[in-house]
Amino acid sequence: MAQLDTRAKLAILADAAKYDASCASSGTTRRTSKDGKGLGSTTGMGICHAYAPDGRCISLLKILLTNSCIFDCHYCINRKSSNVRRARFTPAEVVDLTLNFYRRNYIEGLFLSSGIIRSSNYTMEQLVEVARCLREDHDFRGYIHLKTIPDADPALVHQAGLHADRVSINVELPTVAGLTRLAPEKSAPRIEGAMLGMRSAIEDGADARKRYRSAPRFAPAGQSTQMIVGADAATDGDIIGRAAGLYDRFGLRRVYYSAFSPIPDASAVLPLQRPPLMREHRLYQSDWLMRFYAYRPDEVAQAVDPATGMLPLDIDPKLAWALRFRDRFPVDVNRAPREALLRVPGLGTKAVASILAARKWRRLRLEDVARLTVSLAKIRPFLVTADWRPVALTDKADLRAWLAPKTEQLELFAA
Amino acid sequence: MASNSLSPCRRGKGPAAEGSGKGEGDARLKVPRAFLDLAQTVILHSDSQRFALLYTLLATDPRRIEDRADPLVRRLELMAKAVRRDIHKMRAFVRFRELVDEGGPRFIAWFEPEHHIVRANARFFVERFANMRWSILTPEVSLHWDGTTLSEGPAASRGDAPADDPVEAVWKTYYAAIFNPARLKTGAMLKEMPRKYWKNMPETALVKELVAGARARETAMVETARHSVGGNVQGAWEALRDEAAACTRCPLYAPATQTVFGEGPLDADMMLVGEQPGDQEDLAGRAFVGPAGQMLDRALDAAGIDRGKLYITNAVKHFKFEPRGKRRIHARPDAGEITACRWWYAQEVALVRPKLVVALGATAARQITGKAATISRLRGQKLALPDGATGWVTVHPSYLLRLPDAEAAAQAYRDFVADLRGARALLDGAMPLARNDPQADVSALTPVL
Repeated sequence: MAQLDTRAKLAILADAAKYDASCASSGTTRRTSKDGKGLGSTTGMGICHAYAPDGRCISLLKILLTNSCIFDCHYCINRKSSNVRRARFTPAEVVDLTLNFYRRNYIEGLFLSSGIIRSSNYTMEQLVEVARCLREDHDFRGYIHLKTIPDADPALVHQAGLHADRVSINVELPTVAGLTRLAPEKSAPRIEGAMLGMRSAIEDGADARKRYRSAPRFAPAGQSTQMIVGADAATDGDIIGRAAGLYDRFGLRRVYYSAFSPIPDASAVLPLQRPPLMREHRLYQSDWLMRFYAYRPDEVAQAVDPATGMLPLDIDPKLAWALRFRDRFPVDVNRAPREALLRVPGLGTKAVASILAARKWRRLRLEDVARLTVSLAKIRPFLVTADWRPVALTDKADLRAWLAPKTEQLELFAA
Repeated sequence: MASNSLSPCRRGKGPAAEGSGKGEGDARLKVPRAFLDLAQTVILHSDSQRFALLYTLLATDPRRIEDRADPLVRRLELMAKAVRRDIHKMRAFVRFRELVDEGGPRFIAWFEPEHHIVRANARFFVERFANMRWSILTPEVSLHWDGTTLSEGPAASRGDAPADDPVEAVWKTYYAAIFNPARLKTGAMLKEMPRKYWKNMPETALVKELVAGARARETAMVETARHSVGGNVQGAWEALRDEAAACTRCPLYAPATQTVFGEGPLDADMMLVGEQPGDQEDLAGRAFVGPAGQMLDRALDAAGIDRGKLYITNAVKHFKFEPRGKRRIHARPDAGEITACRWWYAQEVALVRPKLVVALGATAARQITGKAATISRLRGQKLALPDGATGWVTVHPSYLLRLPDAEAAAQAYRDFVADLRGARALLDGAMPLARNDPQADVSALTPVL
């Protein structure tokens, strides 16, 4: 193979990394380089430095160290049997790229993953070397996210946690049957074992920090994972249940969903169609309900259609839940507790906070609520205000048709 | 104008409240902390009314700030939000270009903010790029950091910043490669990266061509994959069958004995789709082995079709029934169950890639077309299916078994055989396949809700 220059390698290895959904740079501790020695800072909230035409945030330099791989996972463009062009970065090249991009304010840091070459340990060593070089040789204080390899030596994984802000291990598919079929060399128990080990390492690290200020930080932005939606037979109900279990058992910060994209040279085992972006969007909304709106996983699961196990695509899961539990509505905007207001379709967390603050000053009328939210249309049937009462509207049999978007504007994303 | 009388606040350290002696002459006016925070942000807004609006709030009752539903408070909140967003976007979208002078490398950026936020953002850049020498030039003011101190300079123009940086080409390579053309969502991109910022961001020059080429790239990706069915189709099908054996996508799995998956050669040209397994199929685990299967065999024979060359499957893969005493009476699968099972059907089609799909009965017709269908309307028509195959619809053999009148049953059987012959004729090329026939189009059918 002819020698490729850095740009040609970047084109191949960024292209290979684009199927990973996560690009977050948030949730870590605050760091600065005020002392004038190192480079970079983290604010805790993350910054998206650009947006690609796929609407996704570009926050980190997201690349693979190499796209050669000894595994043959059907959903993956980099699998052994794929005819894709291969390339490999040296750790020094990745370090240079990261620093050059960072100094020009293109990125918040690095998200490094890799195909498995030679062995899990060898690959993990290479990943750790990049992070070590950035942190120790260049005093880089920006964000680093490392993908860790389930089978690698725990000592290496520990090294990764010491240098990185976030570490992640992908569960890949929502069902074990799906994993067996599409990623024959991976094993669900091994992946989960590694996640469990990571959880205790993160907790030990946080615990040590509490007692000794000088204790080293260990993955302060926690661990996350990703699963592919639409490549196996899992229903939305299955996926929500799986995600809830993952949050619970492994103390995850985020579960990412990636709608399965048709990939060049895909294996014949997978469906080739437009990625189900709307479905992915609805799953993220259900994830939001659990993380910010105090829905229990079993409550979110109540929003799925019992016959098909799928979330409705035309309306969001919060509205679907409200339509199924009409007896919980209408809610009085001037008296209801926060938890009840959070369940009202169309009221976000910020609107609810504003309502609670404004309530001390006035009895809220419909026009007051209108000033605090984007639109009243969805809210009306579920809310009582000083001058508005939905009366029979809440119990209208065709309320769903009344509230669902009338136009086919979602065509572009339709599954 | 109020804005003039209070304007020093924008530069000075003192918040608006300290200069508020005007009017009442009370120098010890107390305001809530939240008011100061809001005022400090709002005065960075470019709207010339900002001071007047803040003063109005101050003159009435600054504690009103808690009342977010108040129109004035709301307006000020929205102004503060716009300022905070501009601050955030400046942190995100400033692009430095490198220049080497006598002191070594220097990084210079040209940025055009919407509000007066440059000074408010200085600290962020100092903390982040403390070991670099940098300048941020804007139409209002310029900031310079020499590694130890921050200094302010006069307004600048675009020409004062370097015109290029070799690393930008590398960055653009990254931007183009990380974009997934299968997920085009330009609206989401524009919402977060409005056009007003584009002119100072090198990568945005690529957006137009990336968007224009996206559909073509995606189609090419799908096409390449479709043509290269390498790998192990047999292995893939077996894995799929094993996965289907554990399917719980709809409630039908619970009372049924087992999943009845399709079977037949994986390179079959013709795929036969039935409704669902019956009582005997459910027990045997194989499609079309009961009375309807025997009827099908007879008709296939009469039509000159070899069953061994067909891939035979069902629209729904679990037996749906109502228990009546010791017997299990067939029940028709509903739309939800058909949709839940479409996943498996689509997988089978993707693997077998038949040229012709023959649907037996309304349930199968609904499965293959994805739309509500009646047999009488579709029978004898070539259908262009979404997956690229040709569709052909006839009755289900069990219909023939249910006709009480012998004469009618005989006629129905003859029609059924004629339909199967029609299917064979389609495959043998006596009739053109739907792909080349503009009249065959399933999109005219009623969509399934």
